[in-house]
Amino acid sequence: MSSQALSQNKERFELNLGPQHPATHGVLRVKLLMDGEYIVNAEPVLGYIHRMHELMGENRTWAQYLPNMGRLDYLSALSYNLGYVELVEKMAGIEVPERAEYIRVITTELNRISSHLLWFGAFVLDLGGFTPLLYAFDDREQILDLLEAVTGARLTYCYFRFGGCYNDVEDNFLSGTLAFIKRLRSRMPMYHNLVTKNVILMQRLEGVGPISAEMCRKYGATGPVLRGSGVNYDVRKNEPYSIYPEIDFDVPVYHECDSMARYNVRMDEIDQCMRIIEQAIAKIPEGPVMAEKVPKMIKPEPGDYYHTVEAARGSFGIRAVSDGKNQAYRMKLRSPTFSNLSLYQEASKGMLLADALALMGSLDLVIPEIDR
Amino acid sequence: MAGYFKNILSGSWSLIVGLSITQKEFFKKPVTLQYPWESLEMSPRFRGHIQLVKDAESGTHRCICCGMCEKGCPSGCITVKGEKQEGVKGKVLVGYDLDFTKCSLCGQCIENCKPAAIEFSKEYNLASTRKEDFHYDLLKRLKEQK
Repeated sequence: MSSQALSQNKERFELNLGPQHPATHGVLRVKLLMDGEYIVNAEPVLGYIHRMHELMGENRTWAQYLPNMGRLDYLSALSYNLGYVELVEKMAGIEVPERAEYIRVITTELNRISSHLLWFGAFVLDLGGFTPLLYAFDDREQILDLLEAVTGARLTYCYFRFGGCYNDVEDNFLSGTLAFIKRLRSRMPMYHNLVTKNVILMQRLEGVGPISAEMCRKYGATGPVLRGSGVNYDVRKNEPYSIYPEIDFDVPVYHECDSMARYNVRMDEIDQCMRIIEQAIAKIPEGPVMAEKVPKMIKPEPGDYYHTVEAARGSFGIRAVSDGKNQAYRMKLRSPTFSNLSLYQEASKGMLLADALALMGSLDLVIPEIDR
Repeated sequence: MAGYFKNILSGSWSLIVGLSITQKEFFKKPVTLQYPWESLEMSPRFRGHIQLVKDAESGTHRCICCGMCEKGCPSGCITVKGEKQEGVKGKVLVGYDLDFTKCSLCGQCIENCKPAAIEFSKEYNLASTRKEDFHYDLLKRLKEQK
């Protein structure tokens, strides 16, 4: 016990959560000042898995930086791939063939489903239910197999290239994806019966961990956290990119502001992802998957560029400053979970420890992305 | 008061529904694979570490020692050793070292290779306790394949 805790109040004590704790999903350390079971102050401590991704972007060529994008948020790596290649395409003025855009959207949305499924399993695991994790992994495994057949990797994808995709998808991938969607549609009621309507889960989540829209604005929280607070903001709708404007989908928004609202947003998003994929597969045109004129060595015009995409955890933005050379002068990655985590200190004040862990789970943290 | 009992009833019912689902799953076939005893065939596009392509015509590699793979690699894990030999045009490959501990399997080397002399292997059973086991001499490996 530190001297600080003793001097304030004899009943207060400091508790260290992590950096190696199963409930934090990675090397996140939270310094908790406790009053019995209640949290007085929770201070997240970062930096245990800092790998200097931004600096790496400044000393390797634009193309060489591609594999780094799969290592930030390893659960939805394709969203990050997409954000980066779209930024460089914007900088260098590269046109992308339409088929490649459709392939990008199909694979990214598949990746989003797999990310939400893993979150679903891990979140319920945090709350003490082990079985749903295994069911979710069963479905997620199907997505990994589909994506492995296309990209060659199972987790840290590096599939998109400036001006298109690494290779074309085969027809059996498209039919396999449709078959998977049919399977997942039939499994969703099972998930809802098993977990969503479960009385224990409802009691643990409803009204617990309130995050107001005002707090989200203050800390810059995005993604399902923001949409669970009643704000209708999705980069795919608000700042459309790729072929999203041509696709009809809804943005699930819940106004309850509690952990259950964030849970419901993600579960509804899985349904919406399936809708997007079905429409994209129905519309996918024939044609090349790589632009014809892509310069070997990309040297964008000097300037300051920013691009943002909707990753599984919120809006992911990249700012790149180019000085006309073949590598970036400055690379800045705006990761969604960093902002989502920063509201934790304020949101968890006065909560029970077990509820605060449910709140942390509902934020869907991926630590390598926070630390970068 | 009526709401209180209704809550108890609906709550218990949700638990019964959940248990019946797990019960059903209990009698389904397992989806897991007993890994060391069973293993999967990797998909054709699977990315293992790189290897030199064996040319069907000449029976050897196609590398021309241009060093483009070395240049393109973000992590600097490839070292191509070529030397001038009398009577042969261009350089001759005498060693192709891959430090797989640094490789992130991005495929820049394969995309940069004009004569298509390298490809992804399908190896994935690569556990070892020594770092040196992941320093491959791909030329030696190709010769051993013969």
